Amino acid sequence: MKKKIVNNLSQLGPLIGLIIIVIILGFTSDSFFTMNNILNLLRQISINALIAFGMTFVILTGGIDLSVGSILAFGSALTAGMLASGMDPMLAVFIGLLAGLLMGAVNGLIITKGKVAPFIATLATMTIFRGATLVYTDGRPITGLSDSFSFEMIGKGYVFGVPFPVILMLIAFAVLFFILRNTIFGRQVYSVGGNEEASILSGIRADRVKIWVYSITGMLSVLAGIILTSRLNSAQPTAGTMYELDAIAAVVLGGTSLTGGRGWLTGTLIGALIIGVLDNGLNLLNVSSFYQQIVKGSVILLAVLLDRRSK
Amino acid sequence: MNDQNLVKMSEIDKSFAGNRVLQNVNFSVQAGEVHALMGENGAGKSTLIKVLTGIHSRDGGTITVKGKDVIFSHPKEAEKQGIVVIHQELNIIPHLTVTENMFLGKELSIGKTGILRKREMQTQTLESLKRLGVENIPPNETAGNLSVGKQQMIEIARAISTNAEMIIMDEPTAALTDREITSLFKVIESLRKQGVSIVYISHRMEEIFQICDRITVLRDGQYIGTKPIKETSFEAIVKMMVGRDLGERFPERSSVIGDTLLEVKDLARDEWFEGINFQVKEGEILGVAGLMGAGRTEIMETIFGAAKKSKGQVLLQGRPLDVTHPRDSIRAGIGFITEDRKDEGLVLNLSIRENVALTNLKAVSCGGWVSNARERDLVDDLIKKLHVRTTGRDQEVKSLSGGNQQKVVIAKWLGIEPRLLILDEPTRGVDVGAKKEIYHIMNQLTEQGVAIIMVSSELPEILGVSDRIMVIHEGKMAKVFKRGEADQEKIMHAATGGE
Repeated sequence: MKKKIVNNLSQLGPLIGLIIIVIILGFTSDSFFTMNNILNLLRQISINALIAFGMTFVILTGGIDLSVGSILAFGSALTAGMLASGMDPMLAVFIGLLAGLLMGAVNGLIITKGKVAPFIATLATMTIFRGATLVYTDGRPITGLSDSFSFEMIGKGYVFGVPFPVILMLIAFAVLFFILRNTIFGRQVYSVGGNEEASILSGIRADRVKIWVYSITGMLSVLAGIILTSRLNSAQPTAGTMYELDAIAAVVLGGTSLTGGRGWLTGTLIGALIIGVLDNGLNLLNVSSFYQQIVKGSVILLAVLLDRRSK
Repeated sequence: MNDQNLVKMSEIDKSFAGNRVLQNVNFSVQAGEVHALMGENGAGKSTLIKVLTGIHSRDGGTITVKGKDVIFSHPKEAEKQGIVVIHQELNIIPHLTVTENMFLGKELSIGKTGILRKREMQTQTLESLKRLGVENIPPNETAGNLSVGKQQMIEIARAISTNAEMIIMDEPTAALTDREITSLFKVIESLRKQGVSIVYISHRMEEIFQICDRITVLRDGQYIGTKPIKETSFEAIVKMMVGRDLGERFPERSSVIGDTLLEVKDLARDEWFEGINFQVKEGEILGVAGLMGAGRTEIMETIFGAAKKSKGQVLLQGRPLDVTHPRDSIRAGIGFITEDRKDEGLVLNLSIRENVALTNLKAVSCGGWVSNARERDLVDDLIKKLHVRTTGRDQEVKSLSGGNQQKVVIAKWLGIEPRLLILDEPTRGVDVGAKKEIYHIMNQLTEQGVAIIMVSSELPEILGVSDRIMVIHEGKMAKVFKRGEADQEKIMHAATGGE
């Protein structure tokens, strides 16, 4: 047990970074530490966090998924379309999530059976899925969704004062955390990313593991998209553009290695918090959005540089 | 001072984080000698070399080169004084040509323009290779297309082209074929005649007696002694290394050979091998000999399901074994200890626990959930059984010595309680003590009725351990010997294509 704590000390970097940023913002902005703002902030990060959780699995296997934003857009449009045509909201959500799973599986199949590098494969599907969204929506937002209480609840609801998206994020975190830590599948994710050859020779079907991580990521992306759709009460064809970058940034900030085999989900949650807190804080401080990008990029760079230094 | 010594290291001390890894070590090399540096894994050989070449700083002691005190802070400085290391993992860039590799970082150019003098470099490359007596390496060939043996020659040529006076070779023969080893020894011989000193690090005892003049032995970071090779013996060196008599090199075997377990019929795989027919019985060890590249590993991969066969049949207990993925063979009770433990055997950045569990995930879990307690029990049990020297099950396998890493690989496969265990070069890069432990484990397994196939390039090992020996030559079965029928000459004869 003692060893575990020491082991985790080296993983504390991201958390310390987050705390420092929070303290600075707490001192410089009066409204930062209000309950309202904190809940608001958590709701803002839930979308990126959900995508980044999936991305963590993908990156742990040594891959990358650039298509998450496009999958989000297509899944949301599909769900919104079905809602607008009067389908039962829960069924529409279910089909949307299934579509996300399938789009992810397509990525996984191209990468494993087609033996295409993940970067290239998902770069291509990113474009294809975005195009499909534009075709499906005819390039226009889908509005006039159902006024079903349950669908509105997803993005706008509260449970005991906590925004529903935050609860979804925490449930997803808990489930995925245990999958990664305590299941055969989780073990296989790490070993395939650490040494694919050795894993296959140990009887692990590496292809299946990979197809699953992309599928999970696809589904989580659509879940994020549905939250977004519910909040805006419409699905935008350009939704999710560049979301892959924030997700990758969260994973990397959290200390997961881009070469695979090393990393943890808690780090990704912290990484997503760092990005969210920065966005939120800089807004509160009325920093121009032009400068915000410079600050955000610099923080990511700094974090990665510090991480290198400590290794 | 004795000026015969090219390099003299005296009373070297070195600690890492309070851990003393070198203690009062002496090591001196004379000009033009081949000096073996031996010791078990973790005895301090590599650390000593790293202290010499300036990768590690020393805590105490002196180093003199040609009588002058030196402190190197970088291998480049050692190189300037004529000390070059050739590592086990070669420093060759595969996409560049032989000449480009030779002149890497010190290209010849016209003045300071940066325009390369290609022809000049080629001529010099040819000259350096000639000096080694190697003439079959075209300077314009892409280095990656050459065999490991030839790549190694490029490194040696590069070293002498910088006027190296001492070349340190770390396990130089580990990846070479027998023919390549012969030509490497010729090169070493000619370097010795030219007055170049060689420090030769190897676990292969036969080689030490074949080419070395003197030997220095380390044990647990301490200097045990230096002796002329002529005044020592195999047993004496082993005793110096392990600190006690190991007894018989190959432990006595007492297993009862049972029924046929595995039968291979007319197995073939594309251009790799064909017409492979053999059987292995319960409790039997079948040794598989042959030259490097003869197709031995490929045959084993195919039986294990890691590669597709193009023809033939494999029967396990009389029933056809149809495997398309290693997973199928593991289920059937076949374990495969691969030749290359770093690339194929272990996930280096995971712990012993996670590596051992990899082949046993089903056994330590329930409905997809890994049970920590079951996993711990399995792993601790195997660590104990195999005497893995470790700080605990959560130690990263990366930080274990070669012998202990190999034991982790074996542990991984013992966990599945195999009926057939295939071991491909099981003792490569493993020290004598651990080697004997591995033979011992193999014996225990056969006593329990497990069938073993052992591929090995070390003939004494093949002869010492096997019940039967199958020799492979260029993808075909050359001969099968019973225990006692074979000797080194007969095996080599069959392995090189003699009738």
